[in-house]
Amino acid sequence: MFEDQTVAGIDIGSRSIELVLVNSGGVLRHEKRPTTFDPLGQCRELVEGMDGSRVIATGYGRKLFAESFLELNVSTITEIQAYALGVRFLYPEARTVLDIGGQDTKVISLSDTGKVLKFEMNDRCAAGTGKFLEFMAVALQIPLDTFGEFALRSDRRIQISSMCTVFAESEATSLMARGERPENIAMGLHGAIVSRTIAMLRRVGVSHPLVFAGGVAHNPCAVRLLEEQLGQAVTVPENPDMVGAIGAALYGRNSAART
Amino acid sequence: MSNQYDAMWEKLNLDLDAHSGLLEVLGKFYGDIYVSQQGRLRGMEYMDFVLSEVHGLRIKELQDAKAAGKKVVGTFCVFVPEEIVLAAGGVQVGLCAGAEIGNDQAEKVLPRNTCALIKSFVGFKLSRLCPYIESCDLIVGETTCDGKKKAYEIFSDYSPVYVMEIPQMKNACDRDLWKSEVLRFKSKVEEITGNKITASGLKDAIHLVNERRRVLQRLNRLRATVPTPISGRDALLINQISFYDDPVRFTTKIGELCDELEERVKSGVGVVPEGTVRLMLSGCPMAVPNWKLPYIIESSGAVIVGEESCIGTRNTRDLVAETGSTEAELIDALVDRYMRIDCACFTPNTERMENIANMARELNVSGVIHYALSFCQPYAIEAYKVEKALSAASIPMLSIETDYSMEDMEQLKTRVEAFVEMTR
Repeated sequence: MFEDQTVAGIDIGSRSIELVLVNSGGVLRHEKRPTTFDPLGQCRELVEGMDGSRVIATGYGRKLFAESFLELNVSTITEIQAYALGVRFLYPEARTVLDIGGQDTKVISLSDTGKVLKFEMNDRCAAGTGKFLEFMAVALQIPLDTFGEFALRSDRRIQISSMCTVFAESEATSLMARGERPENIAMGLHGAIVSRTIAMLRRVGVSHPLVFAGGVAHNPCAVRLLEEQLGQAVTVPENPDMVGAIGAALYGRNSAART
Repeated sequence: MSNQYDAMWEKLNLDLDAHSGLLEVLGKFYGDIYVSQQGRLRGMEYMDFVLSEVHGLRIKELQDAKAAGKKVVGTFCVFVPEEIVLAAGGVQVGLCAGAEIGNDQAEKVLPRNTCALIKSFVGFKLSRLCPYIESCDLIVGETTCDGKKKAYEIFSDYSPVYVMEIPQMKNACDRDLWKSEVLRFKSKVEEITGNKITASGLKDAIHLVNERRRVLQRLNRLRATVPTPISGRDALLINQISFYDDPVRFTTKIGELCDELEERVKSGVGVVPEGTVRLMLSGCPMAVPNWKLPYIIESSGAVIVGEESCIGTRNTRDLVAETGSTEAELIDALVDRYMRIDCACFTPNTERMENIANMARELNVSGVIHYALSFCQPYAIEAYKVEKALSAASIPMLSIETDYSMEDMEQLKTRVEAFVEMTR
């Protein structure tokens, strides 16, 4: 009975890999690992002993995964479709998806039936992505997972104008040399990526509800600034970096149900 | 490794070592992207041959023509009226500028953020890698964008450059300007060839170039059928080769290829599986060997069924009226035909929006991929208008900005695949 089939979705991103198992009842379990320098090794451990009848891979490593796990029944979809499906499942009312991951930012506009109407991705440069925040956290010697809270302790808004990771770092360095509080610099850096994101959102067109997913959605400062600039609340899923893997698994479940 | 053409290339002052490296890379690239395709037409063997001899036999033909007293004119743009050159007994070749070559050399004289096409022709020249440029008695530039305009000034330090002024609007005074530019070009061509252009010579040349356009139009009609009988890559290659092959031979060969295509269409044979998404390309020209985006698209579950581009319908859509018989009538017909080109250098450029929407509807495509070279302002800015026009026709568009480098292949793949998923 295909209704009870378990289907796996795996999202191989630049920074983390997520695995989600679904069946007709919904999400059975999910697991996350860092990508490291050996993404295939990480994938192997994740899928070991897995009881899924088929696997849908997404993320930048999707092709590598499909080529390396020939023994599994693997198909691939893009992150765009995976996030659209994942968000649609979690929030059927959603009209816009913002996903800021390790090296890409994506904005997806959804129709009222959940179809992708339009999407935009950042170009080949990692400016405005999670990587940018990661670099800057290192520069300020703040652990990445508390970088957002740290920035929220700022007492003054300063503008960091540079979008380029290298230039922004030197801008931050010269602010430090002038005695600016690191919290304020951190806030300025968050502001820089949010403004860039807002520009992308405006190009695609913002319709609410807007769901903010991807690893950077864990960052409370990014969420706060985004809501400030949009003038409206955004929805952040409980596990924002799991959305792509959920979408991939659902794609597998739905296409299995059709066959 | 020695080559039968080494002596000829040496005479043309090419950098032989670097040049043989270039041919090797090109050959491998062509093998991966073209020869590996399934179900190609027999007629494509001619294209394989022409491409394998791109710097060999065709250059030898040009050298033989020069030895017989003919002049070779090189161009970078579909605005340069080939009819004039042919009527004066000359040979015209389109210079490709489609590869990332000699970038370091080009960046000695050009800013880094210059479009890949301009960098490429300057790079080819400065690194002595293009036997076409070296064979030209005259290289004709044109004022289609500021980048090219200023780059020709620099280029003229190295090659004999002549620049045609292209109008930027389509009012009566712009047509007057264009007509005077066509006449000035005619005098220049008469001067370098030493041949006076006659009405009958011009009429024959107009017919010859129209015949080539007609055969490419026939190709476009045939490839539009379902199932798609020829890959978009192959059709693009045919259009690319039309710029430098002998026009009479090319027209005959493509006529034969179209006969084969017609048989294939009759028997309902296609080159792609059922359900392959039909897409159209629109935007900047893709010169040899710039096959990156077509290759990505056709490896992502889609097939390209039309190119709204200078190496595509912008070059073949309109014919020159052949009704005139006096020189004045023929020149007017020529001027009118070239004024219909819907290049993004014009403002406003409403015809292009109409042409794109009509073409997308006629080809029944699921979407359009708009391609602009990075730093090409006219096309990159116009993409916004194109998207609006297509959205009014309920046709989705993906806007891509890229150059000749391979570093963004993966990002482009994700976007193109997502677009294909979206339009499916």
